[in-house]
Amino acid sequence: MSRLTELTIAEARTGLGAKQFSARELAEAYIAAMERARPLNAYITETPEIALDMAAASDARIAKGETRPLDGIPIAVKDLFCTKGVLTTAASHILDGFHPPYESAVTEKLWQAGAVMLGKTNLDEFAMGSSTTTSYHKPTENPWRKPGDNRPLVPGGSSGGSAAAVASHAALGATGTDTGGSIRQPASFCGIVGLKPTYGRCSRWGVVAYASSLDHPGPIARNVRDAAILLGAMAGHDPRDSTSAALPVPDFEKALTGNVRGLRIGLPKEYRADGMPAEIEALWQQGAQWLREAGAEPVEVSLPMTKYALAAYYIIAPAEASSNLARYDGVKYGLRVAGDSLDEMYELTRAEGFGAEVKRRVLIGTYVLSAGYYDAYYLKAQKVRALIARDFAAAFENVDCLLTPTAPSAAFAIGEKQNDPIAMYLNDVFTVPANLVGLPALSVPAGLSADGLPLGLQIVGRAFNEEMVLRVGDVLERAAQFTHRPSFIAGER
Amino acid sequence: MSSLIEGRTGKWEVVIGLETHAQIIAKSKLFSGAATAFGAEPNTQVSPIDAAFPGMLPVINRHCVEQAVKTGLGLDAEINRESVFARKNYFYPDLPAGYQISQYELPIVGRGKLTLDMPDGSTREVGITRLHLEQDAGKSLHDQHPTQTYVDLNRAGIGLMEIVSEPDLRSAEEAGIYVRKLRSILRYLGTCDGNMEEGSLRCDCNVSVRRLGEPLGTRCEIKNLNSVRFVMQAIEVEARRQIELIEAGGAVEQQTRLFDSARGETRPMRSKEHAHDYRYFPDPDLLPLVLDEAWIEALRAQLPELPDAKKARFVAEYGLRPEDTDVLVAERATAEYFERVARSNGKSRDAKAAAYWVIGDLFGALNKQGRGIEEAPITPEQLGALLDLIADGTISGRIAKDVFAEMIETGIDAAAIVEKKGLRQMSDTGAIEAAVDAALAAHPAQVAQYHANPKVLGFFVGQVMKATGGKANPALVNELLKRKLVQSS
Repeated sequence: MSRLTELTIAEARTGLGAKQFSARELAEAYIAAMERARPLNAYITETPEIALDMAAASDARIAKGETRPLDGIPIAVKDLFCTKGVLTTAASHILDGFHPPYESAVTEKLWQAGAVMLGKTNLDEFAMGSSTTTSYHKPTENPWRKPGDNRPLVPGGSSGGSAAAVASHAALGATGTDTGGSIRQPASFCGIVGLKPTYGRCSRWGVVAYASSLDHPGPIARNVRDAAILLGAMAGHDPRDSTSAALPVPDFEKALTGNVRGLRIGLPKEYRADGMPAEIEALWQQGAQWLREAGAEPVEVSLPMTKYALAAYYIIAPAEASSNLARYDGVKYGLRVAGDSLDEMYELTRAEGFGAEVKRRVLIGTYVLSAGYYDAYYLKAQKVRALIARDFAAAFENVDCLLTPTAPSAAFAIGEKQNDPIAMYLNDVFTVPANLVGLPALSVPAGLSADGLPLGLQIVGRAFNEEMVLRVGDVLERAAQFTHRPSFIAGER
Repeated sequence: MSSLIEGRTGKWEVVIGLETHAQIIAKSKLFSGAATAFGAEPNTQVSPIDAAFPGMLPVINRHCVEQAVKTGLGLDAEINRESVFARKNYFYPDLPAGYQISQYELPIVGRGKLTLDMPDGSTREVGITRLHLEQDAGKSLHDQHPTQTYVDLNRAGIGLMEIVSEPDLRSAEEAGIYVRKLRSILRYLGTCDGNMEEGSLRCDCNVSVRRLGEPLGTRCEIKNLNSVRFVMQAIEVEARRQIELIEAGGAVEQQTRLFDSARGETRPMRSKEHAHDYRYFPDPDLLPLVLDEAWIEALRAQLPELPDAKKARFVAEYGLRPEDTDVLVAERATAEYFERVARSNGKSRDAKAAAYWVIGDLFGALNKQGRGIEEAPITPEQLGALLDLIADGTISGRIAKDVFAEMIETGIDAAAIVEKKGLRQMSDTGAIEAAVDAALAAHPAQVAQYHANPKVLGFFVGQVMKATGGKANPALVNELLKRKLVQSS
């Protein structure tokens, strides 16, 4: 069987069920692709032995007719998910040698569903970044390059390793986490699909925390249907996460009806920010046009608080992070740099263990929570957050979902925005509001930039209505017919 | 009650508020399923949540919430229908997450009150500011290695109730009474075992001084006092320190201090540059805690009769004096014991006598044996039966003391002891009269004195009791002696 790595999850599922190939053969094809993809540095840890064991178990179940929904599907796991007995780094030096004695809720569900673990993918350190360049384990490269330009590009971030692996066919799907756009922006940069579900849809238990009220685990896949399949296995109530929603998990694949007739699609006028590149604006209008042609009705809506979203995000996220990262103190696990006193051990360990971006956010977060500044920053940001939620609630009284660009640009070169944190933070301008409000949001590849790089469009839905988001995304995907391929494909040609 | 301290320059009033940390009685921790038993091997009762492993999340223990609400109801306090958990951030090795989950702006329990029972029988009300839920920290062990500190996380994450009083206390004595009363209520409710030696109940004392009528002075907080005695000593010592400081022209600096019981002094705990900014903010891992009205009411309906109500009932129902009642109601077990002495086996006995026997003889015997009332060697029904023997004249009160002593030793019923030892009271008038006559005949000189000195009656009672082996009915003896002495003198 050739070209196994060209199959979608849905196709692989069919092929495995029809015994056209075995889970072992599929796993071996992906293990080989993972090896070929090493120049991208998409994986921090490869787990081929685990993959083969899991594939063997899948084959045994398939043979007995006890096939599970994801049996034999090889996926990559963002290295922010704790995996039992497998090195988990959060791409940070400070977690050196950390092998969790537990499995995250989401990966546990995936393995229960029969999925096969290929390895752990690279990310921005503690998921703080939009480029996968802040990793202690070196940057990940985007499998895409500008035609005629050999400079390596960022895959976006923070789930850049997962996105690069899926885009280069070094994984059939992947898990990501999205705190301010970390699933959707890399999906956009790599020409694939990324879904940030509703807050509470996927358990955060066992996911290394960045900003607890904003962290969303979700799937990364090569098309909307695959994302729906993965989400179905990842979602569900988890009593171990107090913020997990006690709601049944719908059959997300069934939502892909291809019919958006009569749906009202909101285009938030405030997203037409000053300085939005013309090609992004044009793609957005094109997206609206495709949906109109499919029978939906694009309408302009207003989200007046939009301009404050990024500022609020960059207060709330660091505030929570400064507290969440206090546990990395050299006492219990990971890196310890000995000192002559307790304070010195703390200082040396954290100075050496954390990279510059993490330190920056811990400092910002500590500052905005400190006595005398709390009201002016953290409390104000929470008020803004409540107002943004009100904006969305008002908009959703008139529309079924929103359509926006995913990111204000295509992938940029590695190192390009490294010394300009604000320029880097602006990457999240369209994605952050959905995190602040916890709404489901999907990025679908919709076209190429003038430079020949992929660009995504984002669909944002009402809370716990991933079905609507997937349904519209599926129609958009069909209309866009995005068949472009990155310059680097690790899978079989 | 006035209890001013005399300084060099005049009288000073001490103002005290207490923060009491009460460990919740619960099988598992506040946010994890790990066990809470005291005295286990280090680090054997620790879940990855307690040790703050990456990705671990807290889930509130429903039972602990129930315990806090019960305690709030027991303190006659407002129960907040919605409360919020907040993170208190600071670095310390026995605080694995680098923050303690506590409650800050919105605690589970709001304003309440506690009644102090003063030694003179009066009462005084102290305001409760709030009660909130929080996690305990682990323990740093500094004595296991010459240069390193070990950490035991068994205690980390155990549920605590922090109960904060208003600055309503005015003396070390009142603070002592407050702690004892709070402990009593917690034990009645079964929400904290109140064991101060094991650290289940610990106090932080906020102490300031002022001249009468002046506004509040600057306070110092004395941390982590683990006995009522230390609470009282520390307040005494700290108040003196502050008075002397001010009288010498100095000013009290707001500080956290520790009490050194060996030296009998308080001293600053940390320097200013180490002052904490706890950066409280709502814990994003936990949703606001919302309580159901019906659930609260169900808990209220299950509350036991608490010390104040019991005291009032004992005074009204049994005619006891309030100051005698305090010691009976301090422990639920004592109160129950007393009531079963007063009323059991279908009998209603002299309650004052029952109280007298429990407080006096029984407590004395238990103290000597170093036992609590739960381990009393005789049941309240047995003690009640002894009272019955006195009441129906079978034995005298004096003989009863001997019988009681033997009961305590052996656990044997009073009636059996009386039978075996032939202690049944002699009420045969003829036999007693013979003994009386014999005594009078043997001591004519004393008989002659009776008119001038009626106290010789006691001498003759003693002679008759001696002659009858203590079994003569004392009332009959007295009556016969009086009659015959009047006749003879």
